[in-house]
Amino acid sequence: MLLEIKNLHARIEGNEILKGINLKVDAGEVHAIMGPNGSGKSTLASVLAGREEYEVTEGEIWYNGKNLLELSPEDRAREGVFLAFQYPVEIPGVSNTNLLKTAVNEIRKYRGEEELDAMEFLELLKEKSKLVELDQKFLSRSVNEGFSGGEKKRNEIFQMAVLNPKLAILDETDSGLDIDALRIVANGVNKLRSKDNAIIVVTHYQRLLNYIVPDYVHVLYQGKIVKSGGKELALELEEKGYDWVKNNKAEVTV
Amino acid sequence: MMSNIDFKEWFISNYKTFEKSLNGEKTTSFHQIRKEALSKFSEMNLPTTKDEEWKYTNISPIIKHNFSVIPHKADLSTEEVNNFLFDKLEHHLLVFVNGEFRNDLSRLNDLPSSVEVGSLSDAIKKNHPALMKHFGKYAEDSHNLFTALNSAYTKDGAFVFVPKGKIVEEPIHIIFINKTTQDKFVTQPRNLFIAEDNSKVTVIEHYTSIGDGVYLNNTVTEMFVGENANLDHIKLQEESKKSFHISRMEVDQERSSNFSSHLISTGAEFSRNEFTTRFNGEGGESMLNGLFMIDDEQFFDAHTMIDHAKPYCNSYEHYKGILQDKARGVFNGKVMVRPDAQKTNAFQENNSILLSDDAVMNSKPQLEIFADDVKCSHGATVGKLDEEAKFYLKTRGIGEEAATAMLIHAFASDVIKSIRIEALRDYLEEIISKRFNQ
Ligand SMILES: Nc1ncnc2c1ncn2[C@@H]1O[C@H](COP(=O)(O)OP(=O)(O)O)[C@@H](O)[C@H]1O
Ligand SMILES: [Mg+2]
Repeated sequence: MLLEIKNLHARIEGNEILKGINLKVDAGEVHAIMGPNGSGKSTLASVLAGREEYEVTEGEIWYNGKNLLELSPEDRAREGVFLAFQYPVEIPGVSNTNLLKTAVNEIRKYRGEEELDAMEFLELLKEKSKLVELDQKFLSRSVNEGFSGGEKKRNEIFQMAVLNPKLAILDETDSGLDIDALRIVANGVNKLRSKDNAIIVVTHYQRLLNYIVPDYVHVLYQGKIVKSGGKELALELEEKGYDWVKNNKAEVTV
Repeated sequence: MMSNIDFKEWFISNYKTFEKSLNGEKTTSFHQIRKEALSKFSEMNLPTTKDEEWKYTNISPIIKHNFSVIPHKADLSTEEVNNFLFDKLEHHLLVFVNGEFRNDLSRLNDLPSSVEVGSLSDAIKKNHPALMKHFGKYAEDSHNLFTALNSAYTKDGAFVFVPKGKIVEEPIHIIFINKTTQDKFVTQPRNLFIAEDNSKVTVIEHYTSIGDGVYLNNTVTEMFVGENANLDHIKLQEESKKSFHISRMEVDQERSSNFSSHLISTGAEFSRNEFTTRFNGEGGESMLNGLFMIDDEQFFDAHTMIDHAKPYCNSYEHYKGILQDKARGVFNGKVMVRPDAQKTNAFQENNSILLSDDAVMNSKPQLEIFADDVKCSHGATVGKLDEEAKFYLKTRGIGEEAATAMLIHAFASDVIKSIRIEALRDYLEEIISKRFNQ
């Protein structure tokens, strides 16, 4: 098992947001987590990435045989966890290249591998930028600064491609993308799928799942997974709307 | 320890000792200037925090000391000097050790004819006409006790004279090294940089120390930028954390001149920098950029004044501070736009980052505008490192220290980028890396 979340409760500023999440993800799988706004999807993603503002009050997260909650955010990343942010941060003065170079080398150092030399690194960037059709000129620009919403999302997937995580969590990567950009991003993600890694796709809409076809779909509502199923569940949700889950909540949570 | 004599009393009563060290030079007309300065010094009061310009700057840690007015002579090797050079920079080098010019450690490459780069003491001995014309004209002794003290005790410093139309390609790197022992002493470098009409020169004024003894560096630098001339000035201060640094820099800018400056500092125990540039003709351009990084209980004060006395001049000022631990910083930036200085463009910005809850920054931008057709802006921010950005970097596998260093590099980058000397930019990047990413 790559990831196992057991009865996870988390709160922020005194509000309990996650109220007992259970989820198992194996290598090679793609899971979609869907749910209406405010149901706790980003909270779950943040807790997985190690955002400190969230307090885990109950439950456990096991990742690749390790207690994830005991690892710092940077060590999680070095162990292969990657979060594509719903709202990627702008960092003026830090170039994309510089960020990735530092990241790649810190990760390699952690794993006891040699640092990449400048040539190897540039080759890596070149190859991966093609995957998401990212113009080379973005490499020297400050991280996300002045990027359009779509460019930011594409940049997240580009970083994912370079860092090659074992577990990637994509938080609403489809929002703000037009149909062409969506296809490019989804294509990139599909090329990164392998039997060794897993992807959790967090999304509000079913649209993205036409391109990144999940093995499992979970519906998160009010801090709990209220329904799980195969990829057809996404279609059913699309058809019936979230009211369907909301109204059936009492029934499905038993 | 014996109880100390009053700071002013000390310098007045020790003046004879200083005069003796001048080796008979006290009959010259230049010495008259010194003596007048001494009498001004004795008439002025020490600034206190009740004075508006010293509100956040308490000099009591300095004035409790009695500093030897004649510093001891220190041995210094070329290797020790080399530690302070920048990699891969072709330059002319002037070295001062404990206030005294050291010909043996200095070296000048080929200079254009009639350009003079050397010591002020030489210029004084020669009664250099440019010295007589410019000395004390910009940094006046009245109303400034420390300048008067410096003038009274003027003995040495750097003298750069670039006559009309001459271009000095390589930067002039002037290093003031104070090598300390048990003895507390005062050095009072007095510098004069003259770039006559249509000339061009770059000067790096570099203050540093060996050892961690106590001393006071009371420096005065006067700069003249003639018509259409171009003076690029960098002051780099990286002194012992037990030293005190009081400095005055005054710039006179003639018509269509271009002055650009960077004040880069990792401080001392106490540093006060007074920096004024005055447009004395139309069409001048001035850039005053600064970056200081202080920690422990260091205190750093940048007091700048851009005097738009004439129309059609542009000034750009950007000071940035990075404060750790219990460090305290002051930025007081005045932009004065006088009544006939129409068509003035003045931009001023001060940003500081506090890396601890105990660090304090007092920022006071002041615009005084007496002309109506002008464009002026100013702003000040004091904040912490962006935690969101830091978290983002961490989620990419970058550790606490490296993430902090990256964000600090980013914060400092626009000031560093504006420095024209690559070797110096590299040097600064390295300082930041060393400080924040061990
Ligand atoms: N800093 C915060 N303080 C208090 N409540 C918060 C905070 N951040 C998020 N929440 C609340 O947590 C709930 C879940 O938010 P989020 O995880 O972002 O939902 P989703 O991503 O599913 O739209 C929302 O009700 C939101 O208002
Ligand atoms: Mg969300």
